[in-house]
Amino acid sequence: MISENLPIIIVLLPFFAALLTPIIAFFQRVAARWYASAMVTTAFALSIWQLSKVTETGTIRYNFGGWEIPYGIEFVVDTLNGSIIVLVCFMGMLSMYFGMHFVKGLSRLKSGGFYTVLALLITGLMGMSSTGDLFNLYVFLEITSLSGYTLIALGGDSGVISAFRYLMIGTIGASFYLIGVAFIYAQTGSLNMSDVSELVSSGEATGSVLVASVCFIVAFGIKMALFPLHGWQPAAYSNSHPATTALIAGVMGKIPAYAMVRFFYFVFIGQRASLETLMTIVGVMGAAGMIYGSIIAIRQKNIRKMLAYSSIAQMGYIAVGIAIGNYYGLLGSVMHIIGHSLTKGGLFFAMGGVMYKYGTSSLNSMGQLYRKMPKTVVTIVIGALSMVGIPPTTGFFSKWYLALGACQSGQYWYVAVLVVSSLLNAIYFFRLLEKIFMDKEMTNANRMWDHRGELPWLMMIPIILCGLGIILTGLFNTEIVGILGIAVQGVV
Amino acid sequence: MSNAVDMILNLRPVLAVMVSLIASGMIMVCGSKVSPNVRESITMTACVLKAACVFSMVPAVVAGKVFDINIIQIADGINLHFRTDPLGMVFACVASGLWTVTSIYSIGYMRGHHEKNQVGYFAAFAMCLCGAVGICFAANLMTFFIFYEILTVATYPLVVHYRDNQGKKSGRKYLIYTLTSGQLFFAGIVYVYVLTGTTEFAAGGFLQGKISGGAALFLFLLMIAGGAVKAGVMPLHSWLPSAMVAPTPVSALLHAVAVVKAGAFCVIRIMAFTFGPELCKSCGASDIMAWVAAATILISSLIAIQKDNLKARLAFSTVGQLSYIVLGVSIMTPVALTGAIYHIVAHACMKITLFMCAGAIFVTTHKSEVSQMRGIGRRMPLTMTAFTVASLGIAGLPFLVGFVSKMNIMAGAYAAGKPLFAIVLIASALLSLTYLVPVAYMAFSRKSINPDFRDYNMTLKGEADWKMLAPLVITACVSVLLGVMPNFGVHLFDLAQMAAEAVFEGGMI
Amino acid sequence: MTVLNSFLAEKGIYMLTAILFFLGMYGMVTCKNYMKKLICMNIMQVAVIFFFLCFGQKDGGTIPVSLGDLMAADDYINPLPHALMLTAIVVSLGTTGVGLALLMRMKDKYGSMEEDDIVKKEDDL
Repeated sequence: MISENLPIIIVLLPFFAALLTPIIAFFQRVAARWYASAMVTTAFALSIWQLSKVTETGTIRYNFGGWEIPYGIEFVVDTLNGSIIVLVCFMGMLSMYFGMHFVKGLSRLKSGGFYTVLALLITGLMGMSSTGDLFNLYVFLEITSLSGYTLIALGGDSGVISAFRYLMIGTIGASFYLIGVAFIYAQTGSLNMSDVSELVSSGEATGSVLVASVCFIVAFGIKMALFPLHGWQPAAYSNSHPATTALIAGVMGKIPAYAMVRFFYFVFIGQRASLETLMTIVGVMGAAGMIYGSIIAIRQKNIRKMLAYSSIAQMGYIAVGIAIGNYYGLLGSVMHIIGHSLTKGGLFFAMGGVMYKYGTSSLNSMGQLYRKMPKTVVTIVIGALSMVGIPPTTGFFSKWYLALGACQSGQYWYVAVLVVSSLLNAIYFFRLLEKIFMDKEMTNANRMWDHRGELPWLMMIPIILCGLGIILTGLFNTEIVGILGIAVQGVV
Repeated sequence: MSNAVDMILNLRPVLAVMVSLIASGMIMVCGSKVSPNVRESITMTACVLKAACVFSMVPAVVAGKVFDINIIQIADGINLHFRTDPLGMVFACVASGLWTVTSIYSIGYMRGHHEKNQVGYFAAFAMCLCGAVGICFAANLMTFFIFYEILTVATYPLVVHYRDNQGKKSGRKYLIYTLTSGQLFFAGIVYVYVLTGTTEFAAGGFLQGKISGGAALFLFLLMIAGGAVKAGVMPLHSWLPSAMVAPTPVSALLHAVAVVKAGAFCVIRIMAFTFGPELCKSCGASDIMAWVAAATILISSLIAIQKDNLKARLAFSTVGQLSYIVLGVSIMTPVALTGAIYHIVAHACMKITLFMCAGAIFVTTHKSEVSQMRGIGRRMPLTMTAFTVASLGIAGLPFLVGFVSKMNIMAGAYAAGKPLFAIVLIASALLSLTYLVPVAYMAFSRKSINPDFRDYNMTLKGEADWKMLAPLVITACVSVLLGVMPNFGVHLFDLAQMAAEAVFEGGMI
Repeated sequence: MTVLNSFLAEKGIYMLTAILFFLGMYGMVTCKNYMKKLICMNIMQVAVIFFFLCFGQKDGGTIPVSLGDLMAADDYINPLPHALMLTAIVVSLGTTGVGLALLMRMKDKYGSMEEDDIVKKEDDL
């Protein structure tokens, strides 16, 4: 029974966590937290099972309520989004563990509410990755966004303002997505992705598809903070609740990028030729973002803000991969979605830990941090190396595939941009390491909890797992490539 | 049972790489909780194991056996691939052998000088050696690049060891140079892979016929940037002298054991094993490299003369000596290539001696300027004798190891019909007589000696600790031994010859 | 005139929704008051909803409730856009709710909803 209904069960588990957590929290706060975490952990285990099933037996299609495919909503899981779902579950699970100590001692409403919203965010992200229906994607997109706004607003007073701005811009993005869907629906009369894919491949729908594509680029560009649509992002990432920044920056920005891949390479695959110009525009946006984000990141004095701008640059990598659009380009793009999630997630977890202990994320107060939090610093170092692209971390290999793709399609200037951007990354990440290892200790550091030694073990787990993940996904990237390749091979 | 033993024996290249990685991890995990003794014994165990792994492979490699190990597929279509070819063995022997020596010295230096941050120091040192030996055994560009970057990053903590402003500055300079060139190298590798679908090194090159003319030259310049920066070829050398702020054993590592040698090794790998002699000649790459190297040799010697700081002087000497290797490769004859490869060994032995002498002087007398060292031979006769031997070797006097390599490079230059390069080599030898030998002369001079040394009278009482003295005496002896018998012990000269012949197997002279 | 008439008849309603959409967006960009921004956002969302409903419409169709004598598909308007827009309305309600909650927090903290005031106070803090 479970085996047949895997796609929906995985999405429903965090959803039920979101539903029941506030009720359980009313009676027992700790139990509510553990209940939500256990649900997401189960979802993680099931998602791995699902991925292995998809790898072995091919795409799983799950029809809701027994409706036939073009009429009903369906979940489609192939190896591409199967891997993404595993990633979402993994990072969501880690965020759940990581948040435990942050909500300790808060009221029933606050601690239960925090976990409810977090679980909803995970639900939305997983729904977006699983669904095979255009409108369903919109619904999950909005679930994601709404819970995202809330989590950003939880980060304090400036968080509220950032969340409101993100709400404004994000709604514009969602509206554009809806307009795009309207054009597709008006033209084809279908909302099912595979059905639409067949209907537009006949070559008649070019005009509508172009308009819809522009709308989708704007919509997902806003949601993934692609330059120059990134205005909301730095403030939102850096002001969000420290326990959730890893999920928000690491995964929430990546799923729209995945959706972009899904649309341009799976749904509009028949119209590839007419979308070539648009893809070049996406590539130029990405390349400009790679340089812009890195340069602005160098100027930042706050580490979380620096990481946020660095994310703009990293989304540029993904966009460039989508723009290149051959086997290695797409592979590099998806590898970067996975690798960068772990890397940025790890870095934000580490910064969250620092915030938890010292209440600051200013670059100048990091002096001698390595003596106080050695294990956390190891993850920061590994993450920094991955961001710069030093082998054998995952950042190097996604760059390798992107560069291969760019070279194969003859677009050498992307390689030049990649090189320049990773050197700019090196400037600010090695500056961070310089501060951590070489600066004098801040004497008047504003300490929230004056613990001696490292963070509590529940917070160490996510940090260490992300650090390990960065190296393991790097060393065993061919395994991931092998799995992703099954889906990607079909469309290029 | 014997199968298992065989398997382990066949895995020796991997073991040689892993052992220092594991040591590095163990040192970091133990941290400052354990006593320095534990840390140092981990380091020494790793050194000895590593050297045993490497040296025990030499007879088999000389006999023609190749250890070939594919570990995992590291990227789509590319394996993490180790193979022991003669060239790699030469560098591996140098790196692992001298690591042992440097480790003993480091222990003496670190204790004698009461250095801070010893955990980071020993861990990073072991990590560097992992990178260096990985570079030696790398069988394709991808594997090579991975370990090359590991080496780059692992050296950084050593350069900034003191963690003061000067250290920061030179660390930044080091990173700017090495990371930039590394990224260019990366772009080059990507292009090579797209072009040929493989990155496996082949003696004599594998790009022959795949690319030519201006494109080949452009690709060459992209890739060679990686090697040239580490090898300190002018005008890309300036990180090397500023990295001198690091403690002396680090300088010894940078100059003699791993880092710059890895750069030179990279130049050889690219020119002889990726592009191949014919392509290098036809696209003009070898000429460019040869002239740049020749200019570097002369200019660096001239700069070295002006330096009063002993380590700075040695640094510029290194810049010049490394360009010997680059020049030897660029001349593109088997003899010159043999000389170039053997110069890796020669320069390593001599330069490490010189640096360890400088360090020993600094720790025992706190003198770092040449002008303060008049008469220092009275206090540290053994050290200064070793220094004298090594400086004569750098100048290329017969019966010292420097002679063997330089003679080969010169012979190659003549054979290639480029006597001008031979003249450059002779001029440089004379110049090095003027900047290193005077130090030795001053040390033993009797006139106007530094009052600090007046009370000593050529006894061993004023010498450095034995842990520092023994290594430098050993390397000085090795320099002499290898000068007299280039094949002493581990057949390094034969290996160099084998490597060079393999490259030119196509029949080109 | 006939050209204009036919244009208005065929595409006029789409033009109006487009104008409404960009009016809303213009307001979101230019209004200095956060509450007004939120209202403009709602206008924009309503425009999108109209847009969907428009192409669900057709001449001579009736509401999609099964009547005994009308059995052909042409007799009914397309119900699906309406169903979709019900969802979209719910979503926009949720968005507005979150937006209002955020505004309440802001009002509590800064005592104002003017962007200039809030930015100034934020800078002062």
